[in-house]
Amino acid sequence: MADDHLSKPFEKSSLTEAEKREMKRDIKKQFVVFILLLFLTVLAFVAVGADLIPNNFAVPFILILAIVQLLLQLLFFMHMKDKDHAWATVFMITGIFVTMPTIVALMLLIGVVKY
Amino acid sequence: MASYKKEKGVVWDWLTTVDHKKLGIMYLIAGTLFFLKAGLMAVFMRIQLIMPENSFLTGQTFNEFITMHGTIMLFLAATPLLFAFMNFVIPLQIGARDVAFPFVNALGFWIFLSGGLLLSTSWFFGGGPDAGWTAYVPLSLNEEQLGLDFYVLGLQVSGIGTLISAINFLVTIINMRAPGMTMMRLPLFVWTSFVTSTLILFAFTPLAAGLALLMLERIFDAQFFNPAAGGNVVIWQHIFWIFGHPEVYILVLPAFGIISEVIPAFSRKRLFGYTAMVFATMIIAFLGFMVWAHHMFTVGIGPVANSIFAIATMTIAVPTGIKIFNWLFTMWGGKITFNTAMLFASSFVPTFVLGGVTGVMLAMAPVDYLYHDTYFVVAHFHYIIVGGIVLALFAGLFYWYPKMFNHKLNEKLGVVFFILFTIGFHLTFFVQHFLGLMGMPRRVYTYLGGQGLDEFNMISTIGTFFMSAAVIVLVINIVYSAIKGERVIGINDPWDARTLEWATPTPVPEYNFAQTPQIRSLDPLFYEKVHGDGTMKPAEPVDDIHMPNGSILPVIISIGLYFLGFGLIMLEMAEPIVSPWIVVALGGLLTFGGMAMRSLKDDHGYHIPKSVVKADLKKLGGGK
Repeated sequence: MADDHLSKPFEKSSLTEAEKREMKRDIKKQFVVFILLLFLTVLAFVAVGADLIPNNFAVPFILILAIVQLLLQLLFFMHMKDKDHAWATVFMITGIFVTMPTIVALMLLIGVVKY
Repeated sequence: MASYKKEKGVVWDWLTTVDHKKLGIMYLIAGTLFFLKAGLMAVFMRIQLIMPENSFLTGQTFNEFITMHGTIMLFLAATPLLFAFMNFVIPLQIGARDVAFPFVNALGFWIFLSGGLLLSTSWFFGGGPDAGWTAYVPLSLNEEQLGLDFYVLGLQVSGIGTLISAINFLVTIINMRAPGMTMMRLPLFVWTSFVTSTLILFAFTPLAAGLALLMLERIFDAQFFNPAAGGNVVIWQHIFWIFGHPEVYILVLPAFGIISEVIPAFSRKRLFGYTAMVFATMIIAFLGFMVWAHHMFTVGIGPVANSIFAIATMTIAVPTGIKIFNWLFTMWGGKITFNTAMLFASSFVPTFVLGGVTGVMLAMAPVDYLYHDTYFVVAHFHYIIVGGIVLALFAGLFYWYPKMFNHKLNEKLGVVFFILFTIGFHLTFFVQHFLGLMGMPRRVYTYLGGQGLDEFNMISTIGTFFMSAAVIVLVINIVYSAIKGERVIGINDPWDARTLEWATPTPVPEYNFAQTPQIRSLDPLFYEKVHGDGTMKPAEPVDDIHMPNGSILPVIISIGLYFLGFGLIMLEMAEPIVSPWIVVALGGLLTFGGMAMRSLKDDHGYHIPKSVVKADLKKLGGGK
């Protein structure tokens, strides 16, 4: 019968089918990125612990890994890759714009400029 | 699921309320009480300084008073008083039914209050903190002074409240605007509150970090600042002023906003240079972060750093100047009504310029070696804080009072108040410029006679008596007006003003707008008066209104934070009555238990049925 669906109870979720598919894709991506982050962390420990890289390159190497991690965090877990996130992005950029000069100036003033 | 509202007793209603209007009024009351307390301390300090070698207060009490006066005035008086207006006015001005997170709003208020009370508890445990509101190390590492532990933890707790309230305002202004209320149609008070909330977000975090370091050092014997253990005392100064300088703008920007509301309303003109005002606000906020080291010219950070920070500081005069001229041009050619609100707003402009000019003088690093830590600095920042923020608060109080309390404040008493306050203010602080130039250092509890300081100190103290008399007149005015003041019930718009809050019925119903209004212009109410029929066009049909439930949890969480802080302080006490860890655990249980309860229990709010809204519309709507 055509009216069969009327007797079915409503779904609990108010999301549309498209939104649900989108969400599933998103969760999958988050798992992949999460494993990637764990891998990067392990890589940093192993690289230094097992002397895989030259000593004088160790700190820059770890910093590079850290920056990659930071970007992945911001893009995937802070949702900066998503559309409709303009305000969050504005605040993130404002924050970086304000803190960066502050931290640089503070380090110069106190005289701690090693890395 | 959502249910209908039950009737509550008055006390229970106010303890559990999440209504932004009631919270605004509670902020106003709490802020006023702290303001009176800190003001009384100032009067006592001036009485001590009325003549040379006076012995009204001991040096120790004097130190405790300067510290508590500054700390309370900035954190517990000016901030909540501005938050009072922000809470009450922002949702009304953007056409919203409440702030974005009503529960968090209530939580912010109660946490602020418990932090303030924790700080004040220090009086019962060996006296208040005595290292100045800046709490410079190593002076503030003094283990003998329990008051400093109260300073550290009290500010930490009240800072959490301020921070979450600010985040709430940001989300509210971004997400809760009525249809047609674009960012560039926001009233300037909303704009400045928005920028201020951003500043709080970025500035209170370094403060929290700095206070955490100081707490670790004082209570848990860490060694961040102690030079004997390889620490660095200058780091505290940097962290403090990275917070402390933006804090000044956190306070003064909403004050600018109030002035930008009052002046157009009583000049019967739209604000001159709206766009310039918005961008000047943002530039001031950004530069406010980049100038902190001008408090530290004499620390010895070197000529290059001093010059950079000196020039950055002077740059702030440019956007501020833009604002000053825009206010002047708003008044220029306007049909000005000089009632009390407008008297305060218009006298704000020259007074603030006086404070700004001495600010530029202090920004000149070489000359600052002369001004540093003298009464010149005291005169400068009181011209900014009293001549700027407090005058704006009084203007805002007289302007928004009818909307908040359904009756006007008495104008005659208001004018008396204004005259007494202006005389007292300039008598007190103008001569302090000269005291400073003569070399009288700040934060001293007495001085020797015959050095040319006697007369000016006497004049300054007499000025504070005038200011005290003025505040007493204000209190009389509030009591008198509550009994006999002109009622404005049923009159939406007693000032014939321009912005949206004056389109709501008086008294404002708990849902603010029966129908969300459609905004068609900047100064929407004024636009409708000229181009429409004087009432806002609705953007939606009359329907059930979804409202948040009240909750006692904010109070419980805040009480928990109080005991959490107090327990940590007890670790430093010689012989606590119970083990401090029991108090900490109890506080933690209350706080985190309250948070868990909020998280685990669904609260869907309730609905005001359509029939009630319709009846209200018939009763309240259309009043002019």
